[in-house]
Amino acid sequence: MKRYYQPEVETASYEEIRQIQNEKIVKQVRYVYENVPYYRNLMEKKGVTPDDIKSVDDIKKLPFLSKDDLREAYPYGLLGTDLKNCVRIQSTSGTTGKRVVAFYTQKDIDMWEECCARAIVAAGGTEEDVVQVCYGYGLFTGGPGLNGGSHKVGCLTLPMSSGNTDRQIQFMMDLQSTILCCTPSYAAYIGESLAEQGYKPEDNKLKAGIFGAEPWTEEMRQEIEKSLGIKAYDIYGLTETSGPGVAFECEEQTGMHINEDHFYAEVIDPKTGEVLPDGEKGELVFTSLDKEGFPLLRYRTKDICILSRKKCSCGRTHVKMTKPLGRSDDMMIIRGVNVFPSQIEAVLLKEGYPPNYQIVVDRVNNSDTFDIYVECTPAMFSDIIADMQAKEKKLNLAMRSMLGIGPKIHLVAPKTIARSEGKAVRVIDKRKLH
Amino acid sequence: MAITQLSAFLENTSGTLCDALTTLTEAGVNIRALSVADTKDFGILRIIVSDIEKTKAALSNDTLVKETPVIAVKMNDKTGALKEVLSIFKAEKINVEYVYAFTGSAQGDAYVVLRVDELEKAETILAQNNIKTLNDSDITDYLK
Repeated sequence: MKRYYQPEVETASYEEIRQIQNEKIVKQVRYVYENVPYYRNLMEKKGVTPDDIKSVDDIKKLPFLSKDDLREAYPYGLLGTDLKNCVRIQSTSGTTGKRVVAFYTQKDIDMWEECCARAIVAAGGTEEDVVQVCYGYGLFTGGPGLNGGSHKVGCLTLPMSSGNTDRQIQFMMDLQSTILCCTPSYAAYIGESLAEQGYKPEDNKLKAGIFGAEPWTEEMRQEIEKSLGIKAYDIYGLTETSGPGVAFECEEQTGMHINEDHFYAEVIDPKTGEVLPDGEKGELVFTSLDKEGFPLLRYRTKDICILSRKKCSCGRTHVKMTKPLGRSDDMMIIRGVNVFPSQIEAVLLKEGYPPNYQIVVDRVNNSDTFDIYVECTPAMFSDIIADMQAKEKKLNLAMRSMLGIGPKIHLVAPKTIARSEGKAVRVIDKRKLH
Repeated sequence: MAITQLSAFLENTSGTLCDALTTLTEAGVNIRALSVADTKDFGILRIIVSDIEKTKAALSNDTLVKETPVIAVKMNDKTGALKEVLSIFKAEKINVEYVYAFTGSAQGDAYVVLRVDELEKAETILAQNNIKTLNDSDITDYLK
């Protein structure tokens, strides 16, 4: 069985990868400088010219790009080539204002799909496999990315898109899908639905799943692996850089290999912008090395992670990143424990609560208080107090096991949590810590 | 025979009960019996009303409302009447989740609403013991 999609690159030595990166970065920086006035202005403000960039070691001289820049430059300000050379647009959900739109030339699409193909092969995919893609298709990158990767590997591809679980299950059983691609929460839901329909894990032909686009825990991985009878692989990516496949997990399941021949990764101190050594936790920053349509240099992902160059048993040499451990912009320290709203949301969703919640942190008598307000739903509402309290208690325990500290849970009436611009204000920190 | 009780989720803050009752008043709904169970954060308003559909329509815009079948037993307003009913449930191991009472308009009549874990069994046992329970039309007719 083929272990790598592009073995010559995926298992290249550190020096070989550096050489590829060095050659590409010089060209990419010059390309951006010449074609993207928005970024050229940033470089000029910082007094950097393309001549200053001779290798990836010089990347740290370049200015950062943030999501604010993407919004400011919306829609065409960071475009790297004429629109006539572009063949595709993908976009983010845009929950915090303007959407991010990314442009792709055919070469960009091929590169992106090859990255996804590497992820599929790493999960054991071959041309014998039937890949069921139930990420959303459309502007969201999940469906198109894995769909393209599956084609590149030569798998029989089932472009299901998301939703309609009964149909997903029918196709999965009738057409004997072997690899499932979707969000981890949807994988867990499919697992539950299969069990409800009386199927045992061994009744399906699935062997692997490639799950991403949202945070998930090791516990969730084990649950999914058990309920579907598969090995579950993580995949990482963001629309700004291309989509899923920027990094992917191998059989060792100890982090995701970043496709370093296309994306140069740095981890920085989010406050100072200083580059941190491998092994330290910080904000992940990506520099595209060979993109045409939407090249981004030093794009701050706001994802917090750790990079590792520890030798991997799979034989791949590319640097590994941990699962995002949170975001640089919303971490709280409550009673000495790091808490990310994303973790809280993950627990709520896993426990069947709506994502309408509010976290309130305060300090009373030198001790932190930690309260979560959740909107009650018809499914949760009972005429019996004890039933309601049991639900609160169960949620408290689930939070405690995820976070290490237990919040006070408060059920509140529907539509009562304050919303601004259509999105709920998630965190209210009343402590004056800064 | 069971009757339909409506429960509504109310936050435990000042004025929420008044607001809910204002809504019912404006809808022209008469409340036959009422009980509130509360925790620190929220309360559950349980009501037996003259018009179930009208009540649901009036409340359901922003309020969670649930229908639950409960047993309403008519009994003589005298010492030990409720105990008799509960003794029957105890003997049959039927668990009472909650209970509240209301009086009839005729002197000497009392009604007790019981929420039990095994509704059908409870109804059968009560019938066997010749204990009269109300149905929804009794409530509606009574309030006309």
